[in-house]
Amino acid sequence: MQSGLVLLVMSLLVFVGVFAIGNPVDILINPDADQAEIERAIKALGLDKPMWEQYWIFLVNALQGDLGRSFVFNIPALQLIWQRMPATLELAAFAMFLAIFMGLPLGMIAGLKPGSWIGRTIMTGSILGFSLPTFWVGLMMILLFAVYLGWLPASGRGETVDLFGVPVSFLTLNGLSHLLLPAINLALFKLSLTIRLARAGTREAMLMDYVKFAKAKGLSNARVILVHVFKNIMIPVVTVLGLELGNVIAFSVVTETIFAWPGMGKLIIDSINVLDRPVIVAYLLMTVTMFIVINLVVDVIYSLLDPRVRLGDLKS
Amino acid sequence: MFKQKLLIGLALAVSLVFAGTAYAQTLKIGLKSEPSSMDPHYHNLTPNNMMALYVFDRLILQDSKQNLKPGLAVSWKNVDDLTWEFKLRSGVKWHDGSDFTADDVAFTIGRAPNVPNSPSSLGRYIKQVTGVEVVDALTIRMKTAKPFPLMPTYMSTFGIISKKTGSGATTADYNSGKAMNGTGPFKSVEWVPGDRIVYKRNENYWGNKPEWSDIIVKPLSNNSSRVAALLAGDVDMIDFVPTADIETLKKNDKVSISQTVSNRVIYLHIDTARDKSPFVTDINGKPMDKNPLKDLRVRKAISKAINRKGIVEKVMEGVAIPAGQLLPDGFFAISPNLKVEPYDPEGAKALLKEAGWGDGFGLTIQGPNNRYVNDAKIVQAIAQMLTRIGIKTKVDTMPKNVFFPRGSKLEFSLMLVGWGAGSGEPSSPLGSLLHTYDKSKGFGSSNRGRFSNAELDAALEEALATVDRKKHGDLLIKATEIGINNLGIIPLHFQVNTWATRKGLKYDARTDEQTLAVGVKTAN
Repeated sequence: MQSGLVLLVMSLLVFVGVFAIGNPVDILINPDADQAEIERAIKALGLDKPMWEQYWIFLVNALQGDLGRSFVFNIPALQLIWQRMPATLELAAFAMFLAIFMGLPLGMIAGLKPGSWIGRTIMTGSILGFSLPTFWVGLMMILLFAVYLGWLPASGRGETVDLFGVPVSFLTLNGLSHLLLPAINLALFKLSLTIRLARAGTREAMLMDYVKFAKAKGLSNARVILVHVFKNIMIPVVTVLGLELGNVIAFSVVTETIFAWPGMGKLIIDSINVLDRPVIVAYLLMTVTMFIVINLVVDVIYSLLDPRVRLGDLKS
Repeated sequence: MFKQKLLIGLALAVSLVFAGTAYAQTLKIGLKSEPSSMDPHYHNLTPNNMMALYVFDRLILQDSKQNLKPGLAVSWKNVDDLTWEFKLRSGVKWHDGSDFTADDVAFTIGRAPNVPNSPSSLGRYIKQVTGVEVVDALTIRMKTAKPFPLMPTYMSTFGIISKKTGSGATTADYNSGKAMNGTGPFKSVEWVPGDRIVYKRNENYWGNKPEWSDIIVKPLSNNSSRVAALLAGDVDMIDFVPTADIETLKKNDKVSISQTVSNRVIYLHIDTARDKSPFVTDINGKPMDKNPLKDLRVRKAISKAINRKGIVEKVMEGVAIPAGQLLPDGFFAISPNLKVEPYDPEGAKALLKEAGWGDGFGLTIQGPNNRYVNDAKIVQAIAQMLTRIGIKTKVDTMPKNVFFPRGSKLEFSLMLVGWGAGSGEPSSPLGSLLHTYDKSKGFGSSNRGRFSNAELDAALEEALATVDRKKHGDLLIKATEIGINNLGIIPLHFQVNTWATRKGLKYDARTDEQTLAVGVKTAN
């Protein structure tokens, strides 16, 4: 119910916003076109009707699952987004994988040995990851690994193979080499975030009574850290990364543009550039839905990780 | 047994090496913009028209300097003032093996202007045709209501499709590749939107066979990434090399540069029509009821105040040519009398004084910041130059998706715009930019300053109804001179189109900014 309202408000805002910027036909049409042709195009795209009527038509169609056709491609907006989604999801998943599987151990090491040189090195690295702008790091990585060293390709997606009917690139060497740079670029910020969260969590947990108790019980150091500490630091990590995952999927615009990655981020920025309203609206509606779902999933994972959440639910 | 396996392995390795040499015939191209469809008639815009040329020939083709040359038509002439006759090339085969005939041309004329939901149709180039008559399999006649000298030019703007394949085919069928049956130098292999377009050579092409057996086109919209992709060897060639990188690339011994002047003129459009213009103020910034831009002397002063050479050298890093008219030298109907206005700030001040604006006034110049080469920087430079002669000028730049709709709604007083003459002759900018805005006749659709001059209108309209080529050209020159001398627009410079290729390749650089694989050759 609440979610439905959010979607409605969202669609109205975007609709009005794009309408206020101007008429897409002015950008889509060949400058050579005469007035009659301009009028024909405006009519063909349904832009001759007043705004409220256009919105009404959109709403009626949207309730039947049709979010309109792209002005530019003349393809249903949703289909266009689905086409580009696998590339983005793959990139996002790979980036999150890097962030988690490198970030957690590094963060825990930094948390266990905060004063050591290794701990300090990791923390300095994470500051860099936080503060350097993505597009700059991306370009520098291209310059270093593609132009000077020639180890990896500079852009594009490379070979794909179909996995359950979805084209993926991580299964071929060529595809993987294309995936690596953009994924690292995208992962850098999340990696730093994971390191910081894991470090803070570890430092806090190490002072807790249950850790002292476990140690006193004579459990091995490894078991204390890998089971007891690990579980407890996961709660903030899951929360933040859950939301970050949404961000990575919906707004990896910069990385996708620099690496010419054929995903949704590039689609949305291109669509905004030519005021392709059906695609913009559909995209943002989908994004909102995705965030709602992710929040739900995060809540579920919580209750798996932390028995107290489940107990709390029972009591209320 | 083991030896046998080794031998097989060796044979495999050898065949792979040979496969490698065949692979060297693949040309990979990185382009700034991507087409919105593979349908040659769906979206009349340069990226689409350009990619369509790989697969679909036209009746008449344009060479790299936009001169017309025979395509699917070998000759064309006026049978009478109202009839054009095209003789078609014999022995041309479609990619599916069937014969090309006049019926295919007639079918194309019927389909091209009427693609459903087209955001920009080809109707502009076809609506003059009132009737089509297929005389025989290789002769077709087109009727017009008025004498129509631009017919051959307009026939060079759209691809001819097969009647057999095209009947009932939708834009989606072209996108999927199902209907991609042309006569052109390349056959369509696949299109993965946002990622790549792949072509294969048409071994039965009627014209010069391209050097490349396979073409892969990659959209690389980010300027730096495009250059990096070339340097990394991901692609063999890129278009729209950023001006800042050209000097560095010239020094790189792995890269060659190909350049030519563009058909695109960058100019200022001026509100010459209204008494009260939205961004004209008095010297203190208060709104004013008078519009000094209506005064020819003030426009002249603005033109004199602009240091075109300075802009070309400093802002454009030498990659542009100062402009004095609508198209650069070498094109059809260029006026020999129009010269680049010399930089003369003192003369400009004197003119302002003479016009009664010696104390100056206030103005805002608007421009896009992501449409033309260095557009926002040019706008800033011009504002400084105008301020120097006493016109206090503010700068306001915006993305093109905001700029063009606002400009078309006449919200600006002085704006920076560009015009590429796709037809390669001046009737296109004259008709759209300088002819009086006239909805019924279809003139002045991009006349965002609403300049109006009856003499120019008459000259242009007469030119467009004069079939005699010499007289037609003279009338166009007359119209150009009226428009420029009255400063309906102030021309600034012509862009220079730049491509970069890996060393060993050469591109026959095109004035129309198009990147065609047939023009890429290995240099020996």
